[in-house]
Amino acid sequence: MLDARAPEESAASEPSAVPETGSAGREASRGQRTIYEVFRQERKGQPFQHAGSVAAPDEQFAEIYAREQYGRRQESVALWLVARDAVREIDEFPDEFDLKYRRVDGYSIKARLREARERAGTLDMAPGASDAA
Amino acid sequence: MSKRTDLLLSIADDELILGWRNSEWTGIAPFLEEDVAFSSIAQNEIGHARALYELAAAELGTTADELAFDRKPEEYRCAPLVELRRLEWARTIARHWLYEAADEIRLAALKASDDPEIAGVAAKMDREETYHRMHAEMWIDRLLATDEGHTRLDEAVDELWPYALGVLDDELRPELRARVEERLGRTLPDVEDIPRGVHEVELAELWEEMTSVRRSAPPGSQW
Repeated sequence: MLDARAPEESAASEPSAVPETGSAGREASRGQRTIYEVFRQERKGQPFQHAGSVAAPDEQFAEIYAREQYGRRQESVALWLVARDAVREIDEFPDEFDLKYRRVDGYSIKARLREARERAGTLDMAPGASDAA
Repeated sequence: MSKRTDLLLSIADDELILGWRNSEWTGIAPFLEEDVAFSSIAQNEIGHARALYELAAAELGTTADELAFDRKPEEYRCAPLVELRRLEWARTIARHWLYEAADEIRLAALKASDDPEIAGVAAKMDREETYHRMHAEMWIDRLLATDEGHTRLDEAVDELWPYALGVLDDELRPELRARVEERLGRTLPDVEDIPRGVHEVELAELWEEMTSVRRSAPPGSQW
């Protein structure tokens, strides 16, 4: 039977930090294509995560290509397609005073936050309050 | 062989052989995304073939693999349209589109079948074929949008039209003609169909390749 090509093997699924898709190497075809970033959701309720990108002549083609690359093995329940040009990237962060100390790594604030919310009467307004804890 | 089995094998053979033909683009399609999409469509067709062979196999007391690989080329019931080796993109798209259009008409009839197994498998196939049709229609839009594309599509459709007619039974052909004529905005020539049961030499070549691994293994090998 046919050899199945895993999506992760396709060059187009390189991280978006790389400005061109892998398919550029095979770019003998004419016509303008737009790069769409693809985000996929593995299960309902989970966050969408960047899956890769597809280059397509228009949104309709992009939909088909994204379906076939990121949704044909039931690995996704939903996809988001975003034209790369529509993504606003922010990549400059001044760090003159070494702000790493502001991170809370290794310091659990969950229980203390809960106590503080109880005192303030805002426990049921907290994010995720309706979830089973 | 019952009429039911004959019908199941005709469609299964269409799907298997077209899936095989489309898979010949794997690795060499015009660009990577199309390569993945077209290969995926090819795999779907082969999946449909398997589902249909399984229904036929239950009736014949055999297996899907035996039906797919152990018959002689002349025993296949596929339409010559799917046998053609057309390694040229406009023709491939024209064949894909004509086949999907014919298949949609055929599936609509099967979905209304009194036989629940046939109606069920037709409905399942149709849910995947929806995306195949979307893919084909997008390419037709694309080809119709330029003079060069339009000319190449027209040439390919003219060449393939007698073959496309052969996919369907007589009573379903007028609908196919009406759809294709409407989409292309022109009248198609009155031609004789190239019917099922007559095989192109290309089928024997495909069969040699497709069954070579299975034939090289001792009988009863497990895969």
